[in-house]
Amino acid sequence: MKILFAIVLMVFQAGAWAAPMETFKFDSSEQEAVFQKLSEDLRCLVCQNQSIADSNADLATDLRKEIYGMLQDGKTEDEIKEFMVDRYGDYVLYEPPFEPMTWLLWFGPVIIFIVGLFYARNFIAQQRSSGPSTELSAEDEQRLKNLQSELNYSDQNKDEDKSDTSGDDR
Amino acid sequence: MTETKQNNKSMLQRFMPLIIFGLLVVMLGVGLTMNPRLIPSPLIGKPVPVFELPLLNKEGTFSSEELKGQITLVNVWASWCYACRQEHETVKELARSGLRIIGYNYKDKKQDALTWLARLGNPYQQVIADEDGRIAIDWGVYGAPESFLIDQQGIIRHKVIGPVSSQENYDELMVAIKQISENKL
Repeated sequence: MKILFAIVLMVFQAGAWAAPMETFKFDSSEQEAVFQKLSEDLRCLVCQNQSIADSNADLATDLRKEIYGMLQDGKTEDEIKEFMVDRYGDYVLYEPPFEPMTWLLWFGPVIIFIVGLFYARNFIAQQRSSGPSTELSAEDEQRLKNLQSELNYSDQNKDEDKSDTSGDDR
Repeated sequence: MTETKQNNKSMLQRFMPLIIFGLLVVMLGVGLTMNPRLIPSPLIGKPVPVFELPLLNKEGTFSSEELKGQITLVNVWASWCYACRQEHETVKELARSGLRIIGYNYKDKKQDALTWLARLGNPYQQVIADEDGRIAIDWGVYGAPESFLIDQQGIIRHKVIGPVSSQENYDELMVAIKQISENKL
């Protein structure tokens, strides 16, 4: 019972500091939406795996304030992003920009997928043709022909020479 | 003839997954051994941000204009920063060697910063105080210590992330200083 109580406490404790947002007052709901989007798109540089929106770090708080101030000054989403990239580099964006340097990053997965598809197709085709083989080895072919001609011979007594030149008829 | 060709092909095909796996291991290995804390600054090669900040230990202000004229190291530090304490001896040594060093006190309480300097020594020609860290955003500072090497024209030429006392950081800084002074001659 005590343990259960402790667990409950722990869970609620976690909830208590999950949302580091200060209370900002926005002029409009659109402005608030842009703020939310920006702070989720921008990476907190100190904690790295959190966005500015998620992070409790001091720098994240400062950057949220900065974004808020810029929005109040009438700056657009792109202008604010540019402001951050100018100072912290592309790294600050969770979604890397589309430019020659990052083409491999963007196209890499698609290229690997296509190569994989290609490979899988070849592999399947190969498996199919070599699987439970329908082709006989030269030796077996010979034996089959011999047997066939023997049968023919005993049945009809016609194709006498076939048994000698076996292998060529089809 | 065709059979050996086919054999070669199937050999390559058979080992393809292994080759791809090997490449992945190499790539991930390189990725893992890089330090994710090192984020290259986009400010390298650009002029220092324009600012004017109060001095920490005396009356008056310090402006970005004053960074021009000679090679200068701007050393971002704070009393709450453990690694700053570690690098401080090296910073002092650099100052003794004749490099102009400006202290940039980052998000610190004035009294704490002054006590820290009194205890550990003050190698800085000037100490600027950025209490709320607003100007530090313009510098792209995301932690302390960080140091910026600025040339005579006020262009940021090199950024040290972390303590200058680590061998790697120290060597890189020396190379950068050498490059700037050779350009000048």
